[in-house]
Amino acid sequence: MAATLPASAYLREEGKIRSDMKDRPPVARRVSPWADVVFSALAHGAAWLTLALLAGILVSLVIGAAPAIRAYGLSFLWTSEWDPVQNRYGGLVMIYGTLMTSLIALVIAVPVSFGIALFLTELSPLWLKRPLGTAIELLAAVPSIVYGMWGLLVFSPILSRFVQQPLQSVFKGVPVLGSLFSGPPVGIGLLSAGIILAIMVIPFIASVMRDVFDVTPPMLKESAYALGSTTWEVVWKVVLPYTKTGVVGGIMLGLGRALGETMAVTFVIGNFNQLNSLSLFEAANSITSALANEFGEAAPGLHQASLIYLGLVLFLITFIVLSISKLLLQRLKRREGRVA
Amino acid sequence: MSTTAATATPEAAQLARRRLHARRKRRNVVALTLALAAMAFGIFWLVWILVETVRLGIGGMSLSLFTEMTPAPQAETGGLANAIFGSLAMVTMATLLGTPIGILAGIYLAEYGQRGWLGHTTRFINDILLSAPSIVIGLFIYSVVVARAKSFSGWAGVLALALIVIPVVIRTTENMLALIPNALREAAYALGTPKWRVISTVTLRAARAGVITGVLLAFARIAGETAPLLFTALSNQFWTSDMSQPMASLPVTIFKFAMSPYENWQKLAWAGVFLITLGVLILNIVARTFFRNRT
Repeated sequence: MAATLPASAYLREEGKIRSDMKDRPPVARRVSPWADVVFSALAHGAAWLTLALLAGILVSLVIGAAPAIRAYGLSFLWTSEWDPVQNRYGGLVMIYGTLMTSLIALVIAVPVSFGIALFLTELSPLWLKRPLGTAIELLAAVPSIVYGMWGLLVFSPILSRFVQQPLQSVFKGVPVLGSLFSGPPVGIGLLSAGIILAIMVIPFIASVMRDVFDVTPPMLKESAYALGSTTWEVVWKVVLPYTKTGVVGGIMLGLGRALGETMAVTFVIGNFNQLNSLSLFEAANSITSALANEFGEAAPGLHQASLIYLGLVLFLITFIVLSISKLLLQRLKRREGRVA
Repeated sequence: MSTTAATATPEAAQLARRRLHARRKRRNVVALTLALAAMAFGIFWLVWILVETVRLGIGGMSLSLFTEMTPAPQAETGGLANAIFGSLAMVTMATLLGTPIGILAGIYLAEYGQRGWLGHTTRFINDILLSAPSIVIGLFIYSVVVARAKSFSGWAGVLALALIVIPVVIRTTENMLALIPNALREAAYALGTPKWRVISTVTLRAARAGVITGVLLAFARIAGETAPLLFTALSNQFWTSDMSQPMASLPVTIFKFAMSPYENWQKLAWAGVFLITLGVLILNIVARTFFRNRT
């Protein structure tokens, strides 16, 4: 900073400052002793508030779910019956739906995100890097309700006509795959929810992958190139092994996002409590869509408590997944510090 | 790989090497083509969603969209005025409520607790809250506020949205403050400035552009949030500016209208989706360019 000050201006002012000082002796600056204390207390308080928030969410969910926990215990997790009329509840259908849609999403999103990160770090011309990166990030900014409505009214008819019906006619009669693709090809169900989730988590996974690929020391990559490696070999045998904890961390982040996504899934999953067929085309239900559809109308009592129990299960699963993601990314960061 | 048999003559060895080289090159070309395809795949969805949103939503744009209330099914006229107002009111209040807390906690992380256990834990928890399912936030506010007060209200919606703002603002504030060179802080301390003035008039001011970007992004994020409003603010068919009443919001109205079989509701839902997408994307782009120009 000091080097940028115009020296001549300073010299010209010098005489004036001196004369000012002759007129006015320097006074002690008034410093309130309280301001610092108050400010520090506010900042500390805000940090504590964040911790309290997490504790509050957990405690309130446990209290809200208490009647259901008392009634079913852990067997709630593997009971599939969900019958508000007879007031009997089990969460297996929703838990299966949540895990299955997220799995489909990851199967699609991981290779695509890897390709995007590879393209952005190794292939893209410099002037295209920024616009393309921003475009992918904007995919994350589109609100989930937009994905939902688009998925229900635009995407699912097309999926049904051009993907599901051909798949069904190809795999008809094949033992395992046939049952995976059975059911009415109406375009809503586990598969379309999974595909839309994949589109939604691609930006998260891709941007983490791009960031960790960028921290690979150029020396390593250049050495590999100098030995005659192709771009693919550099990425697959040098960059990926070096960044694998970060890559897994990014995938976990995407998984956490996919598990908790609500609106897009609610639109296209079909909201139907069944587990009779393993077909990916069949309408199903997920934890989030069950909450979105039923919670507003649920009578206080066991129905509401069971829904909150589902919310608690969802929160615990995402908490664990996101913690793993965070720990892996931290480990990569620490190692980066050691190498540099 | 298996060149042992081929090494009998130099020509054969040469040929094997060539073949290996060709195979490696081929694999490289295939992989890079697939990477290009993946990039195109990502861009394809963005373009498709935007094109459909514009195509189906632009027809619903009219003045009555902003002046008339949400209609009954199969009514001739109607707009989204109450939903647009409700969204703006709740999102603005939530940003005003969440931003100071987020900035203060961000200051704590960057200026006070870089090392201690509280800093580490808060940073960890905050990153988890950042990606936590937003519908769980709705459940939390429902059981803490709505169930106690025995009524859905705009304020409950504001609280739920504010809880989503806080982690976003904490993250950006901390990141931006961490970028400020320590020499700036040391220079201010050397002049005898107390810590709170160093933070508020030196470091925070230097990080201003980044912090504002974070607030804009948080605003954009909650403008499209539906899940936390479903059982906090609920919805309202009529105009209300009373925040203690159930309040309509754009995303919840879109959800209700889009799932309905009525044609006029679906048309309004598309118009709403168009508005929200446009608003959120513009905010995102503005935030990014604003940040880039200021740093």
